[in-house]
Amino acid sequence: MNEKLIIFPFLAGMIYLFSILLLRGFKWINRLSKIDKLRLFQSIRTRRTFKSLWEAFREGLIHRNIYRKHPLLGYMHMSLAFGWFLLILFGHFEAQIATKSFTVPLYLPVFFRYFESGGEFLFSRTFAFLMDLFLLLVLSGVALAMLKRLQRKFFGMKRTTRLRPGDQIALTSLWLIFPLRLFAESISAYLHHNGHFLTNSLGQLLGRFENIGAMHTPAYIAYSLTLGFFFVALPNSRYMHIPTEILLIFLRNAGIKLKKQNNGYTQVQVYSCSRCGICLDNCQLNTAGIRDTQSVYILKNIRNKNLDDETLFNCLLCGKCQNDCPVRIDTIDLRITQRIESTLQYNSSYEYLQDYSAQKSDVVYFAGCMTHLTPGIISAMEKIFALAGENYWFLDKEKAPCCGRPLMLAGQYDAASELIENNRRKILDSGAKTLVVSCPICYKVFMEDYDLPDIRVLFHVEYMLELVASKKLSIGQIPQRMVYHDPCELGRGSGMYEEPRQLLKMSGELIPIKNEKEKAFCCGGSLGNLKIKQAERNLIRQQAVADYQSYEPDLLVTACPMCKKTFGRDKQLQVMDISEVIVQSLTFSHVSEESKSEFKTEMLPEEIEL
Amino acid sequence: MSDFDFLKGSVSRQIDFDKFDTRLLKSVLMHEPSFLTCMSCGGCTATCSAGNLTDFNVRKIGLMLRQGDLSKLSTEIDKCMFCGKCTLVCPRDINIRNVVLLIKKGISQLNTEKAGV
Repeated sequence: MNEKLIIFPFLAGMIYLFSILLLRGFKWINRLSKIDKLRLFQSIRTRRTFKSLWEAFREGLIHRNIYRKHPLLGYMHMSLAFGWFLLILFGHFEAQIATKSFTVPLYLPVFFRYFESGGEFLFSRTFAFLMDLFLLLVLSGVALAMLKRLQRKFFGMKRTTRLRPGDQIALTSLWLIFPLRLFAESISAYLHHNGHFLTNSLGQLLGRFENIGAMHTPAYIAYSLTLGFFFVALPNSRYMHIPTEILLIFLRNAGIKLKKQNNGYTQVQVYSCSRCGICLDNCQLNTAGIRDTQSVYILKNIRNKNLDDETLFNCLLCGKCQNDCPVRIDTIDLRITQRIESTLQYNSSYEYLQDYSAQKSDVVYFAGCMTHLTPGIISAMEKIFALAGENYWFLDKEKAPCCGRPLMLAGQYDAASELIENNRRKILDSGAKTLVVSCPICYKVFMEDYDLPDIRVLFHVEYMLELVASKKLSIGQIPQRMVYHDPCELGRGSGMYEEPRQLLKMSGELIPIKNEKEKAFCCGGSLGNLKIKQAERNLIRQQAVADYQSYEPDLLVTACPMCKKTFGRDKQLQVMDISEVIVQSLTFSHVSEESKSEFKTEMLPEEIEL
Repeated sequence: MSDFDFLKGSVSRQIDFDKFDTRLLKSVLMHEPSFLTCMSCGGCTATCSAGNLTDFNVRKIGLMLRQGDLSKLSTEIDKCMFCGKCTLVCPRDINIRNVVLLIKKGISQLNTEKAGV
């Protein structure tokens, strides 16, 4: 009877948990598109399965990404997850060896010390030692988790999320499981001498109390109850991320992505969020005093189906949270997909778009709307094209639609597709083999959403590097200290970090800074945010400017007209686009006579003599 | 000469402020109060990418919104390309992109309400 009381809560919780998990997993996979399902089943038969298993081990148990954020925080997660995993794994080995049978009842390893009363078997002392060691590992994690609730700054976190009731129930039972296990096993160790350094010594201590033997069964019942309770609470709490993350890793490695609409993959990502709040700390909206629209809250809103426009559209889409997320949830894609679904009813009509005749050329230059607001970049680009002797066509010199990226960011995918089709036809008609853009916002949409076969899309930085390599441009050093600002759409958005630095190092001294590359600030001008007030944008900009000023540069260089325009509001720093810096530092010794003759002298900067 | 059509015929040219449909204006102002500070300078219209290609006019959008001319507004607003230049040049720092988004949302909501009735 006693044994049944011990086994029942654990088994009942376990059965409930597994049926919910199977049900949800089946529902999510069922909601994937046919192609995605096929992708998943195909990938399981390939080597990618091993890659996924390795990633599940690395992230789900060891928590490597959290170690990177903060070692103590990483240790806390690792000790709980990996420690528990080792307890389960070695507990099974122990039970298998003790019973000399390959299959053991599910509950036996969990309550092994209760049922195994001191009999010797192969390696029994080693197992007793190992189980004590693993239990100690988990308990250290529990202690740290309790400390984190009091002092999260020890763990490198400034902010974290508030717990909901479901989370609190699950958290309390999780914290209770292991101390209760220690208590129960210590009594077993006192009664049966089947413990080791930890449980034996605590058992000796407990033995001083009279009638401690009577507590043996109740202690195990309490331990089983907390386990069962945790399993029942898990599906409705943040701990649902533990099983979901494994599924997410398999789906992601199968190459599944959201394709502009929600499906089962949205749900898998949403439930993979552990609400750890690591995405909160680096979000620059905090600087502007906006504290309820960050990714962790959006994911919660999607889960609870109470997302409103004011929250959804109040995000810079800078990609920092995606970079920080230990689960690697595609927060940007998720948010844009939500925006697409929320604006499906909106109309737009671009019947006024006309097919202007394309000009035959080798290179097409698309400046984009933002570059048109920074004419300095356009004239720099024109100079570079002229110097290179390029037969180029300035597509949107006078009349052309927008590239479509701002509409994409606002969620109006169908509308953007109309603009894209119009631009695409013109580019193809020109017969050019290269498209040069000077705006990272345009660059991203040209790379991702334009179908331009046989045409190379080059960011102006790449184009200039090619010109330097082919000796059409020659750049000389100017004695100036420069800080380079990584634009969000170029850096985190398109992964281009090194090319601009390579180019800048040719023309002056580039100061390495702390917050660069993946950690770079957003300038605050982002087109991704439709709700933020200008005053709030200013605060975000000032945060970045203050950081850059601390390096005392002569010049702040960026590669985005939007960033240039935004930083231009600050009068303390001189801001230039990378193309302007390059034009400034051109030397003309290598310019061929041929291109010199085509080149109008008045286009050159005054200080340079031909 | 469609701009001077009002000279033809004997239709009353009186503007009755009480008859304006202010539903959309109110919902826009609730979420984007900065629109109140618009002084109709026309900077937005001058820089507009869509306005460069057609007779789309952001300042007129503001006027139609204030007058509650919803039918005209809903066909005009469809032309916006959301590029955001208007917001960048606005001397009053009005988040015009959000105004356009709110108008689109408001119109689609009013349309569903109408369809529901």
